[in-house]
Amino acid sequence: MNTTRRKFLKTSAMTGAAVATIGTGILAPRHAMAAWSKAAFDATDVNAALTGSYGNTDMTNSNDIEIKAPDIAENGAVVPVSVSSKIAGTESISILLPGNNTPLAATFTLSSRTEGFVSTRVKMSKTADVVAVIRANGKLYTAKKEVKVTIGGCGG
Amino acid sequence: MTDSIKVRAKVTGGVTEVKALINHTMETGLRKDAKTGQLIPAHFIQEVTCTHNGENVLTAQWGVAISKNPYLSFKFSGAKAGDTLKVSWVDNKGETDSVETKIS
Repeated sequence: MNTTRRKFLKTSAMTGAAVATIGTGILAPRHAMAAWSKAAFDATDVNAALTGSYGNTDMTNSNDIEIKAPDIAENGAVVPVSVSSKIAGTESISILLPGNNTPLAATFTLSSRTEGFVSTRVKMSKTADVVAVIRANGKLYTAKKEVKVTIGGCGG
Repeated sequence: MTDSIKVRAKVTGGVTEVKALINHTMETGLRKDAKTGQLIPAHFIQEVTCTHNGENVLTAQWGVAISKNPYLSFKFSGAKAGDTLKVSWVDNKGETDSVETKIS
């Protein structure tokens, strides 16, 4: 009797989830999707990714950007990366991984109230630099840090 | 797709620190199914939006290089305990989820 009940609950829960998924799929905000730059995320080199995101590749190296990432990452599938920027008026932070097939990992757009700090976890296919690109007052600033990867994290 | 987001927001000294964990496969589209040898299609979150009392504080645009079950943390000012923080995501298949939490 218990097993029947359990089965019933499981089935109904799954059906519920499926219905919810279909419903939200139709109602997905289209304007949000449009902002996502396919050209930038599909780009296979850093310059093309930057052109897709920011329209240019003129960057200044900056000591005011700090990248926190492990020196050696045992598992490339989960590499914790934090970027903090002390540059006044930081508008956005991009994380690029030149060692991957498509270098652009993420772009974070900040509001005027948001601090120049983001933290996330990324996949790295091999030992490579983690590059942070920051836009502040219409200019691009950059910094990088090398991460040694023992096991690549991009499948295959 | 409910409960895909776990979020915690805590205000200390006027600065709110947000930590969010999202349950998502984040398939790159490069991985092969071990049984069939076929490529598993890409399925990943493209955009995460965080709003405080209805005002946008962070928009994250993600590619396939963000790890499975993504983690996101950021800080912003101007919020107080009890305010509402909303986190929502949209993936490349148009699936979406959102959660609202009270800042503590």
